[in-house]
Formats: sequence, structure tokens, C-alpha cells
Amino acid sequence: MLNNVSARTQSSVSIRDLSLSFGSVKVLENLNLDIHDGEFLVLLGSSGCGKSTLLNCIAGLLEPTEGQIFIKDKNVTWEEPKDRGIGMVFQSYALYPQMTVEKNLSFGLRVAKIPKAEIDRRVARASGILQIEPLLKRKPSELSGGQRQRVAIGRALVRDVDVFLFDEPLSNLDAKLRSELRVEIKRLHQALKNTMIYVTHDQIEALTLADRIAIMKSGVIQQLDDPVTIYNKPKNRFVAAFIGSPAMNFLTGELAEEGGRAVFRTNGVSFSLDGYDASEPLKPGRKVTLGVRPEHIKVDGDITGGEVHEAIVDIEEPMGADNLLWLKHAGHVMSVRIGGARRYAVGAKVRLAFDMTMASLFDAETEERI
Amino acid sequence: MDKSLTTPVSGPAISGPAGSRLQTGPQGKRPRKVLSSRNIIVYGALGLAAIYYLIPLYVMVVTSLKGMPEIRLGNIFSPPMEITFEPWVKAWAEACTGLNCDGLSRGFWNSVRITVPSVIVSIAIASVNGYALANWRFKGSEIFFTILIVGAFIPYQVMIYPIVIVLRELGLYGSLYGLILVHSIFGMPIQTLLFRNYFVSLPEELFKAARIDGAGFWQIYFRIMLPMSLPIFVVSMILQTTGIWNDFLFGVVFTRPDTYPMTVQLNNIVNSVQGVKEYNVNMAATLLTGAVPLIVYFVSGRLFVRGIAAGAVKG
Repeated sequence: MLNNVSARTQSSVSIRDLSLSFGSVKVLENLNLDIHDGEFLVLLGSSGCGKSTLLNCIAGLLEPTEGQIFIKDKNVTWEEPKDRGIGMVFQSYALYPQMTVEKNLSFGLRVAKIPKAEIDRRVARASGILQIEPLLKRKPSELSGGQRQRVAIGRALVRDVDVFLFDEPLSNLDAKLRSELRVEIKRLHQALKNTMIYVTHDQIEALTLADRIAIMKSGVIQQLDDPVTIYNKPKNRFVAAFIGSPAMNFLTGELAEEGGRAVFRTNGVSFSLDGYDASEPLKPGRKVTLGVRPEHIKVDGDITGGEVHEAIVDIEEPMGADNLLWLKHAGHVMSVRIGGARRYAVGAKVRLAFDMTMASLFDAETEERI
Repeated sequence: MDKSLTTPVSGPAISGPAGSRLQTGPQGKRPRKVLSSRNIIVYGALGLAAIYYLIPLYVMVVTSLKGMPEIRLGNIFSPPMEITFEPWVKAWAEACTGLNCDGLSRGFWNSVRITVPSVIVSIAIASVNGYALANWRFKGSEIFFTILIVGAFIPYQVMIYPIVIVLRELGLYGSLYGLILVHSIFGMPIQTLLFRNYFVSLPEELFKAARIDGAGFWQIYFRIMLPMSLPIFVVSMILQTTGIWNDFLFGVVFTRPDTYPMTVQLNNIVNSVQGVKEYNVNMAATLLTGAVPLIVYFVSGRLFVRGIAAGAVKG
């Protein structure tokens, strides 16, 4: 769970043995994290997992109980937020309501007593990048949600900092705006090449934006990897269940051996584990959970080989581009994603095959990947 | 609307821009019944309550405009036959309280000199207190806050004698400064509570954003919090002004005759036992004393509503 990849590249933000507790409640415990220069790191987790707390610690808005925080190789554990070289964007935009957009952007610079010409230059640059020049004279109450968030990003931008912190910046926006701004943030990162730390509970945001994702649960990072690895090789059952929509299918059963080959057996039905990339020997008798994503189960015409089973259509959920088929087999109901044009009648018999190269096996006890 | 809920009459769908036909049944503006039984009860009750509260005021106003002979006739509800402002002039400038015979004007200016600084000092301190308690949590801030709130529930009478001693030791007893100090301190618990709760209700992220921007304690207070807090300042000002202006107990205990606030002077005028009871002068004096809180309500009440309606808080 710890990921001490020091000295891989120059790290921009690095967190050492960070703990934080409110009274007797431990929110973060012994957390270690290294974020590379120019990396887009997403902290992903459900509410209450400590991701926002971690971000607030990095920003200097919360004081850690133990541990150290380094930004650009400078120990900033006890520095004031303004001295850390960070800019932050909040979920509720947090624009100063009585100031115009221009004053909002320049507030931090005016506080720091930066010369007027420099302030104007930076505001012009930030508003140019974010295309908010026409809004400069308006008050926040005269802006739409998307415009407000753009101004909030601009406020971080004018600070000319190395690290950007985003605290669920898109959660207050409607679905359409959210996907628009998501692309914009990605474009911004590609243009600026700053380090960005982005907190969200939305896995789509995490998968689309991140260079690496850190999935958190109760103050502990469960897995820190690039999106593809997180999606295809989840380290434990929590990560597997958290990422992916529709969710991964889980079949509980045990390992067995048939004809000298490892199989997964559940309710008397055996699935060949040929092609599964196990990190340890598959000992027969071990209680395990098999996880297969809906798109990694092939149906009828899609089957290219391997072991074929027969299942019954339980229910069908057409979703436009895709069609989600719920199939009954071996005492389990599992979802299968097929093309939107292919339709099945309820109760119809279908042939299915698992793509074991893409499946995941977890120990039933520890829930760790095997 | 669900088609199945409307009439099953077949007809063109409500889509054609020009040729659309309205179906029979309710349409257009909804008619409102003015004289429904509900309205009669509501307005009747409100009207009765208003009359009940306004009758004494009416009696006071008409009495204050009558001469003494007319008052002796005993028709307290009848309007004055001959309007005279003599009682008002007398109440303001000539009525005798103790040794002074310059009416309520002395007390009025005393009250102004007490109320204005007390309101300013107490609001200034309480707003900073509330801001610190809401945004800059320190170790023990909750305990501090609890102690402050407990202070609001201690009856004033308990504290009068100790305060007299404290003021005497400070050399402030009997002066206006002493009373100002007492009012400022006694306003603290409720005012701090008021401000703290208001600042807590402001989005916390705003405060965080200002800290990231590098603003310190006072900069956040003056440049971020204050401009957003007009409504609560108005509320606090109304409460403090009326409270201090209407105060009698502290005024009578902590001042001397020449520094008596208006309320104490009013009492001395109305309750004097010598001579004829001049009801018209008493009524005028009472109305004069009550005028200030009344004006504060009327003037700043509107400002208060405007402050909220402006949506200054929403960000």
C-alpha cells in the first residue's frame, strides 16, 4: 500500500508518514505519497475516506498530527498556505462575492503587494488562457456555475505556482458542463505542465484526467497506479469494486485442479483459469473471489475461443451505445456488456466465455489480488 | 402534463402555434377569492392584534396634544379639540427632574453619548470575537465560547454590586465612561454568539481561499468577512441600540443625576410626586424617549431586509 518510489523522477510533492487525527478519530494514518513533477494525480475515494483532508494538509489548511510534507524539496510542514507555492480550486468556487472577477483574480497578488503592472500582466494572461476576459468587470453572482469555476481556476493560475490543488472542482456543475470543464482542465494541464493534485469521487473524472490515481479508503491509499493498471489489475477487491461502471461481477468460490490445470469452481461449475496472470501459485482449495468486468465476458458471436458456458438471460438493460445483459449461470447473476444493437429476449439461452487474461482473482479472506 | 389525466376528448394536440384550440374547462389566470373564510379569520385576527397594540399609542398621542383642562374632562379616547404642542415643548425643555429644569433634552444627549460609543465598541469587539471563534479555532476555543454563553444567562442584578466596586476602583463610577464600559461588556455574550453563528454560516471555503491567497487575520476580516456581513451588523446594531437606549437599571445605578440617561429622567418626570400630574407632558416625554428605538427599527429594518435580499452571501 505504501508507494515509496523515491528517486524515480524529481518529485514535486512528497508526503512522509503523514497522520492526522481529530481527537480520537484517525483520518489519515502513516500516509506516504510521492507526486512527480508535472504529474496529474487524482485522489479518488468515497466521501469520508480522507482525500479532501489530505489535500487540505498539502495546502496547509489543516495541521498534520505527525509526518512531513515536502513541496519542491522544501519542507513545508509548518509553512503558511501562501508560502507553499500552491494554488487551490474549491468545489463551491469560493469566489469573494463582493469583488469583481478582476478583483477576485488579483486579490492574492494585491495582498502580496505585487506591482500593479505585474498584476495586470498576470490577470491578463490567466483570463486569456481561460477565456474569461469579457467577464472581468462582473460580480460572481452575475456568472453561471461554469464561469465561476473558470474564475476560481484563474485565481489559482495568477499565483504562478508549481502545484495546483483541486478539491472536487466539478461536483457542483451539471453533467454537461462537467464534461466540458473536464476536457478544459486536461487541456490546461497539457499546456501548463504543472503538478496537479485533484480530489474527486467521480471515477470517470479520475480515469480521464489522471496520470496516476490514488484510491483511498479510510485514510489509507489502497492503490496508486496509472488508470489502465487500476482498471485492469486492481490490487484488491475494494479497488475492483470501486472502479468501473457498470460494476465488476464478483463470483465467490474456490480454486481447484482439473486435469493438471487450475480452475475456479463455484456451485459445482468450473471455470478454466487458463491465461490468468497470477502473482502466486494457485493452490487448490483456497477460497477466492473471481472478478470479471462486464466487457470481459464474451457472448455468442464474440467468442473467439476458450471455455464456453451456457447461461440464461435474466434481464436486459439497453443503454444506447451499449446493452447490458444480466445472465444467470452457476447460481450467480452477472452483467455482460454487448453492443447496443444486439438484443436478447428474457429467458433466452446464450453462450458465454470469460476472458481470463482480463479477470481478477482475490483471496476471499484478505481480499488481496492473487 | 400527463395526457391520461386531462379530458379524454379527442382533439388536436396542444402543439400548433396558431391554430391551437383551447379545450373547455379551466384556463387562463386562476381566480382568487378575496373573502374566503380563511382570509377573514387571518386578517381579522391580525387586525384585532394590531388594534390592541395600537390603542395605547393612540391614547398617548392624543393625550399629549391636549391641554390639561381638556384632559380633566376624562374622555381619553376622544381626539383633541384644540391641538397644542405645549406639552411636547415642556417635556423636552422645561420639565423638572430633581434640581434641573431643562426637561428631557439633557437626558437625551446623555443617552446619545452613552449609546453611540457603547454600540460601536461592543459591535467592534463582538464581531472580531465571533470571527475568531468561527474561523480561527484555537485550543480551548469551544470552552471559551461556552463560558461566554453562560455569561448571557447570569441575571444582571447579581453583578451590580461587584461592578460598582470595580468601577469605583477604576475611578469610573458615576461617569458616562463607566456606563459605556458596562454596556459594552454586557453586550458581549449575545453579540459574540450572533456574530459567531453568522460567520460559521458563511462558506468555509471562502476563508480557506483567502488564506491560500495569503491574507492574514485582519485582512480576511476587513476585506472578505466585513463586506459580506452587512445584514448581521444591522441586526446587531438594532439589538444593541434599542437595548442600551431602553436600559434603566444600569443607568440608574452607575450614573449621577447630571449624567442620567433619558430613561431614568423620564421616570423621574413621570413619577414625581409633587404638584399636579401633567398627563400630557408625561405622554409627550414617553413618546420622545421611545422615538429613538422606533426610528432605528423603521430606518434600519428596511436596510436589513435589503441586505438579505441582495444575496450578498451567496457566492
